[in-house]
Amino acid sequence: MNAPSKFRYISTDRRVREDRRFVVGKGRYIADLAAEGMLHVALVASQHAAANIKSIDASKALAMPGVHAVIDGAELAAASEPLMNGLDTPNVRRHPLAVGATRYMGEWVAAVVADTRALAEDAAELVEVEYEALPFVIDAEEAYTPASTPVHPAHGSNVLLDRVFNWGDIDEHFAASERQLSLRVTWGRNSTVPIETFGVLAQWDPWGQVLDVRASIQMPKYADQIARALRLPMNGVRVHYDVDVGGSYGVKRGIKHSVLVGYLARKLGRPVRLIEDRLENMRSGDAHGPERIFDIDVAFNSDGVINSMKMRALDNAGAYAGRAPFQLGKPIGAIVGPYRIKSVRYHAVSVTTNKAVEEAVRGFGQSPTNYAIETMVDRVAEAVGLDKVEVRRRNLIRKEEFPYLIPSGTRYDSGDYHAVIDKTLAHVGWRELVAERDALRARGLLAGIGIAACLEPSGGNSSFEPLLNPKNTTTTWMESCRLNVDALGTVNVAIHTTSSGQGHETLVATAVGEALEIDPDKIRVTRPDSLSSLPGNSPVGSRMAIMLGGAAFHAAQKLKAKIVAIAARRLGCAPEAAVYREGAVFHGDREVSWDDIVTIAHRHFHELPEGAEPGLESTYIMQTPTGLELPTADGRVQMYPCHSFEFHVVLVVIDPDLGKPELRRYVIGHDCGTVINPHIVKGMTLGGIAHGIGATLLEEFVYDAEGQMMSQSFMDYLMPSAHEVPRVEIVHHCTPSPLTVFGQKGSGESGYLGAPAAVSGAINDATRPLGVRFNKLPIRVGALADAVADAREQRKDSAP
Amino acid sequence: MKVSLTVNGETREIDAEPRLTLLDALRDHLRLTGCHTGCEHGVCGACTVLIDGAPARACLLFAVQADGLEITTIEGLAPAPGELSLVQDAFCETHAMQCGYCTPGMVLTAHALLRDNPAPTRDAIVDAISGNICRCTGYGQIVEAIELAARRLAGSNAPAKGDAA
Repeated sequence: MNAPSKFRYISTDRRVREDRRFVVGKGRYIADLAAEGMLHVALVASQHAAANIKSIDASKALAMPGVHAVIDGAELAAASEPLMNGLDTPNVRRHPLAVGATRYMGEWVAAVVADTRALAEDAAELVEVEYEALPFVIDAEEAYTPASTPVHPAHGSNVLLDRVFNWGDIDEHFAASERQLSLRVTWGRNSTVPIETFGVLAQWDPWGQVLDVRASIQMPKYADQIARALRLPMNGVRVHYDVDVGGSYGVKRGIKHSVLVGYLARKLGRPVRLIEDRLENMRSGDAHGPERIFDIDVAFNSDGVINSMKMRALDNAGAYAGRAPFQLGKPIGAIVGPYRIKSVRYHAVSVTTNKAVEEAVRGFGQSPTNYAIETMVDRVAEAVGLDKVEVRRRNLIRKEEFPYLIPSGTRYDSGDYHAVIDKTLAHVGWRELVAERDALRARGLLAGIGIAACLEPSGGNSSFEPLLNPKNTTTTWMESCRLNVDALGTVNVAIHTTSSGQGHETLVATAVGEALEIDPDKIRVTRPDSLSSLPGNSPVGSRMAIMLGGAAFHAAQKLKAKIVAIAARRLGCAPEAAVYREGAVFHGDREVSWDDIVTIAHRHFHELPEGAEPGLESTYIMQTPTGLELPTADGRVQMYPCHSFEFHVVLVVIDPDLGKPELRRYVIGHDCGTVINPHIVKGMTLGGIAHGIGATLLEEFVYDAEGQMMSQSFMDYLMPSAHEVPRVEIVHHCTPSPLTVFGQKGSGESGYLGAPAAVSGAINDATRPLGVRFNKLPIRVGALADAVADAREQRKDSAP
Repeated sequence: MKVSLTVNGETREIDAEPRLTLLDALRDHLRLTGCHTGCEHGVCGACTVLIDGAPARACLLFAVQADGLEITTIEGLAPAPGELSLVQDAFCETHAMQCGYCTPGMVLTAHALLRDNPAPTRDAIVDAISGNICRCTGYGQIVEAIELAARRLAGSNAPAKGDAA
């Protein structure tokens, strides 16, 4: 692969083109789009964890002037198909509005449509719903027991997924190991909680028979799922991709909102819009992230070398299945982290409970898994009495071992983990950092160092789908790009997705500019609607640098071949003898300019090579570089193609009286191969770390014993502000991927994948002298202060 | 009821319910959609506008309360169509955003800070933006943008106040 220095535009310090519209407030978000005659939706939500719906009386609401309709789940369910489940769980039926019974607090029971949102909210308060409260289950462990109350009685239990994978000679490796230990860690229920809530606007054209949908969406197969649910042909749904999405990081998958609004738009013959308010977003937007208990047994030698691991991951999916259980599948592609662990038993369990529905969150289950693996490695280091960096070094896959096949069937593409760690520690000044920690401790403060080494699998395919659902035989997970050089010679690139801050317009302009050797700023990037689009799978699985960047590059290469063929005819030489350079084509000292080529392509059919189509256009539909086969019978599969690496070092200081942690120093070593735009990658990494800090110290959707969600506003669900996020130093390293066009790997989840492990490790290092250990995230100030106070009190009591 | 709003130097009268927030008045009545709705309870700062030059949350004010006050929204900052203010340009230079949703509030907050304190320390910048939540960036490039804007402001011939207002 090319070294970064060979590039003209890739990896250079260029502005992100999308930013110009955002800084002037000219982003085009869903709430900015209004249609003539548009109606607004408000929701009637259940206050019960579980209840039968005895009756719904909407007469008072309907009597209000300006109210157009109130619909319930029975009406909508009769006119639509249940929403799609990832697993083969046909009796876990999910509809946008509850049918007959509600299964979590906040679940939508009825929708009210009115002239304004305020009126709709007023009317929603007048809808009278009679409930019969039912038994419920909140806790995942309890839900996993056969005696628990099933959330979906027709399904027979709360278990959505319960599968044990055995990869390698686990029992043999355990028997041969000198040491073993067990641990349990818990990842709390949090999410990405974008500042823009989800919104959707739908409009039905009864004469054209097409449903126009605009939404703040980040979702594969969105148009397909709307069409299926509303029993429309797929070309009867037109999703507009030119909507800016105000943050997503995985969760903006408002399929239930979209089906509801699509139905209402058809029924009422008017455009209908639903924008969640913050409460709706948090309690019933169906956008909570994984909530997961890990039980790990690890077998290792006294020198710290880890031989085998048994991991049970129990995930609380909430009230409906959706795609949530797949978040137990994706981490299989990096189940040993960056380590040479020889065998793994992985027991993946997903259960339903009476909590809000889980949706995809940044990393798709990888960050919780990395937190579990890294906490395990810290424990091993502690057990053998070795430095935790040294234990990692002894277990890391070595540079010369790539491509490296892990026990669960994925081959890691490339990496140089030792080099990244050495470089990062040299930057940090490891000895000085340890000395600083010790000096802080000597001053009576609690101080600790946390580290984390982990992977970001990227280039998302969907191999976890056939792995966890045998009825799903999908191996295709493509992304597409179309290029057109117009009659005046300017270049236009079409991409076929929405974006939520990833800078895809900059990405494709850079990739095409690089390939065609023309200034990316002169390239126009457009987003046709879904009816005019090539197939794609949207920006999930840290895939767009690899897949959209790759598709754009390949489309440009195809275009270049056409250009060369046209010019070669004019030059009277074979295309192989012609040389393309900066938009012109050369043969010896003769040249055909870009303008001449455009003229021939668009106006001089008589000069076109035989068989060539007029115009200058190319398309490329790119399949993921790996994951081309279905899983083996013993559950091995190639997951994502590329593997970025990150190494975090954190120094935390805690005032023992207040319990408030301060992140005194934060350094990350990052290797995502060739960086396409340094600003974008930096932003992803810094933002991911901030998000990880939130997950570790602040953020949680808390439910009480009655199934009521207690964190319903930003007063209770705390997100990191500029005060909580420290200055972060980034140390770069570049190990190009052999599988991608520029050597790039993914970076959309960077930072987030290791920050929780590192920050939690730092806090545990700080409180270790007190004998206090935190095994559950988030570690909030209150819990920290209480634990420290208790420990000090006990020491005082036990003092002579 | 009639409410008179002076926004970006222009006074316009709207017919508003008493319960209408300034945020909804700006977005729905005046179609100034750069002012964004985030939490509607005064925490996230996405709806930040300047009121008589100071950052304020448009979701916590009723439109009637803003009658007669000088309101500046993001639409009032660019010197001319197609141009950027110095702060806006610095935000582009450091890529101080991703999805752009919190950006108008951040830019307005930065303008207010630099008007009052043309050479802020890092701590002062962090303090100033700590009422605006950004979910994308982790704040690093936002702080850098404001530092860069301050440096450019110091190096420019234009009077600091005029440039940042």
